Amino acid sequence: MSSIPTSAEAMGAAHEAPALLALHALSVHFAGVPVVDAVSLAVRAGECLGVVGESGAGKSLTFLAALGLAPSAAAVSGRARFGATELIGCTERALDALRGRHIGLVFQDPMGALTPHLRIGAQLTEPILRHTGCSRRAARARALELLEQVRLAAPARCLQQYPHELSGGMRQRVLLAIALSCDPQLLILDEPTTALDVTIQAQILALLAHIKRERRLGLVLVTHDFAALAGLADRVAVMRAGRVIETGSAAQVFHAPRERYTRELLQAAREPAVPGGAPAARGAGAPVLAVEDLTVRYRQRGARRRRGEIVALQAVTVAIAPGESLAVVGESGCGKSTLTRAALRLVGAAHGRIAWLGREVGAWPERRLRALRRDLQLIFQDPLSSLDPRLSVERLVGEPLEIHHGELDAQARATRVAAMLERVGLDPALATRRPHELSGGQCQRVGIARAMILAPRLLVCDEPLSALDVRAQRQIGALLEALRREQGMSVLWVSHDLGAVRRGCERVLVLYQGAMAELAPSEALFSRPLHPYTRALLAAVPVADPDVQPGRLAQVRLTDGEPPPAGGCAFRTRCPQATARCTEQRPPWIEAGAGRWVACHHFERGADGMLRG
Amino acid sequence: MLGYALRRIAGIVPVLLILLTVSFFVIRLAPGGPFAAARALSARTRAELRQRYGLDRPLAVQYAAYLRALAHGDLGRSYSLRDEPVAGLIGAGLPVSAELGAAALALGALSGIALGMAAVLRRGGVIDRALAPLAAVTLALPSFVIGPLLALIVGVWLRWLPVAGWQPDTPRDLVLPAITLALPLIASIARLTRASLLEVLNASYIRTARARGLGRARVLWRHALRPALVPVVSYLGPAATYLVTGSLVVESVFELPGTGRYLVMGAIDRDYTLVMGMVLVYGTLTLLANLGADLLHAWLDPRVRHEAP
Ligand SMILES: Nc1ncnc2c1ncn2[C@@H]1O[C@H](COP(=O)(O)OP(=O)(O)OP(=O)(O)O)[C@@H](O)[C@H]1O
Ligand code: SF4
Ligand SMILES: [Mg+2]
Repeated sequence: MSSIPTSAEAMGAAHEAPALLALHALSVHFAGVPVVDAVSLAVRAGECLGVVGESGAGKSLTFLAALGLAPSAAAVSGRARFGATELIGCTERALDALRGRHIGLVFQDPMGALTPHLRIGAQLTEPILRHTGCSRRAARARALELLEQVRLAAPARCLQQYPHELSGGMRQRVLLAIALSCDPQLLILDEPTTALDVTIQAQILALLAHIKRERRLGLVLVTHDFAALAGLADRVAVMRAGRVIETGSAAQVFHAPRERYTRELLQAAREPAVPGGAPAARGAGAPVLAVEDLTVRYRQRGARRRRGEIVALQAVTVAIAPGESLAVVGESGCGKSTLTRAALRLVGAAHGRIAWLGREVGAWPERRLRALRRDLQLIFQDPLSSLDPRLSVERLVGEPLEIHHGELDAQARATRVAAMLERVGLDPALATRRPHELSGGQCQRVGIARAMILAPRLLVCDEPLSALDVRAQRQIGALLEALRREQGMSVLWVSHDLGAVRRGCERVLVLYQGAMAELAPSEALFSRPLHPYTRALLAAVPVADPDVQPGRLAQVRLTDGEPPPAGGCAFRTRCPQATARCTEQRPPWIEAGAGRWVACHHFERGADGMLRG
Repeated sequence: MLGYALRRIAGIVPVLLILLTVSFFVIRLAPGGPFAAARALSARTRAELRQRYGLDRPLAVQYAAYLRALAHGDLGRSYSLRDEPVAGLIGAGLPVSAELGAAALALGALSGIALGMAAVLRRGGVIDRALAPLAAVTLALPSFVIGPLLALIVGVWLRWLPVAGWQPDTPRDLVLPAITLALPLIASIARLTRASLLEVLNASYIRTARARGLGRARVLWRHALRPALVPVVSYLGPAATYLVTGSLVVESVFELPGTGRYLVMGAIDRDYTLVMGMVLVYGTLTLLANLGADLLHAWLDPRVRHEAP
């Protein structure tokens, strides 16, 4: 067939099916600088092409440009064929007849991808009405059916809701439903799981595997994480700095990568983000941070004056010894950040006891806390927005010294700042830049330098890696771990990803809906998790191995039940081991071995439900 | 939404009361007083007049009397305008001023938004390039220059419209004053719309809408316009304040029998009752405009609606 582009042959197509989408020498320039450089790729019906590469590699831009969605400043050249249609240089009207109809797209950033003022129902029926010309009623019925297919828990209610009323995972399902609404032949997904919790990520990936099987459509999956591709991609293309540097079947790229860069990416996806190592010298003395029975309630203001209280944190008791690293893990909304903020006395409405460095500070006024604060530092999830955009890197890092060490003169401060910048691996040339001129990883290093310059006793890291790509994650994880060991400080590490903290932390606290589910030394937790929720979190961690990952995805439940009414175990609607007792009684927090605590009636049973010795 | 609106409207009353109270005392504490300027009056007549209007009583008593009358809808009588009841003056002037203000606001908002959109649709086109100089000119020239200029061109040279004056029920008389008053509004709103629409068009959800193949027009009207209007709506508050001060000038330039002149007159003559009447009118209008802006904002953005206390 003449419509098969040569690039498809060049890729050594195993099956002879014609390419659905074939890019040939596609380039994108911004002001003469190439950011996508002669990319040739092809995807066939029923096949999943994984495109992987670091942030800024040009992955997103490649497909945006092919579909006429690149920013207006971009100069696009080369060819992109969809079936018999040449997409580059084709009119907007002709593209509109394909986009949403034959080609479905889902972009990075589920939080911002839905129009805020339109109900989900309106946004979902829109492409159906436009492309199929069916009646409003039929479109609505179809919308409902689609939401069921993407396993949304309450589809009818969802149609009436606005985007801001949905969680990230729900929005991603809606976007998927919109992309699937007109039965496209090709589905392009750009980082469909990056902003999501591991558990939700696993569900979306499993759902994609299901859709791919059922519908036999062509699938392009763009991601920075090899692990996300493992269960899905049939073929993989690796991009770096605007070029495709390696392509091949999934088995080939995963098991026998040719390029060194590919091996690095694979290794990054296989190792936990926070490296392990000898535990830091354990200092003696009182815990640097201890909370007892810490409870936080937020007043809730519903749409129709449905006033109520949310218990964001429920009776949490935990202590961090000097030099220890503790991970707090759980999915979004489980109270991780509330715990850190309440423990650092940054939210007012906390009940329970809080001790810093052995001193009971729960009732202290802020004025008195100030002097202690420099020993307890915090770094944030979103590096860019946590830094003042008007200040230079130098000023940002030096600012805590100005506040807490007034005795230092400008010269001494500058020396310390320079040393700190070097320590966190920031080029001294960056010192005069402002935050928006830095990459995400560099911003996060500035945040770390700012926290570390006071040599704190405790560093609280609230999801410091989730805004970064895999390689930057590894680098920052390693940096924090090295700093911890050098300085003998304690680290409280907050993450939604159990896999990320696998080796790096000595103990792990698992939170579920504000309450403690399990607390254990990390060795024990990973080798023999006791709480069913911990097991679910572990099962959700994607594995960068195409032989193992499909089996893991097949185990994932595609959706969660609605949260149960109060009383009993909060996890029971999601728990495979739930019994009648779980509905009647709240499981107590009990000691289940040396240093191990768990809140589950049936913790002695394994995942198989059998009683263990 | 309805409950929210009602609560907001009820919230206006105390604000207005504070405004009136402050004005009541401030104008009385200011130097000078009614009849002070009229030198022809003998001391005796002046004292008689002061007694007649109750100005010789202690301030607190005057204030209580004012509130009592206000509760019955009585705004008192003007000292300077031959004993006219202030309510009557307002009744006669307000329709003219309100019509002028509403016409200018509608003109400013509609053509401002349309121009802003046109500038975005044709980036670098005539409208896009004309917007900045147009804004500079209309914002720099005071209305007492723009007004006569327009009157000269349209009224005297082209003879399309009357130059000035006002006959009841002739909307033609309002055209020039409304345009004069609206010009700076048009310019500001056009520039606001342009900037905000450009920003919205870069949003992720606009890309998603385009990826659904909805077509340019639909993406613009249904997905981009409403979020882009949020800053424009927030500008309505300041715009209302501008309309109040602007209409004072425009009314006098075009000799319109609106309420604007009473405010000037009342202030110069220390005609306390008249000033208080004007404070009541313009205060209410400004507060209502701000309320309208908030309600519109809630309509534009469901997140605001759901947060509304
Ligand atoms: N509007 C723009 N103007 C100039 N350069 C741009 C613009 N948009 C993107 N770029 C550049 O193009 C390159 C490729 O961007 P692209 O979004 O395709 O990367 P990506 O591989 O998808 O990265 P990520 O994993 O972060 O999504 C980057 O270097 C980026 O800085
Ligand atoms: S208490 Fe019951 S429902 Fe809760 S986790 Fe244990 S087995 Fe599951
Ligand atoms: Mg991208």
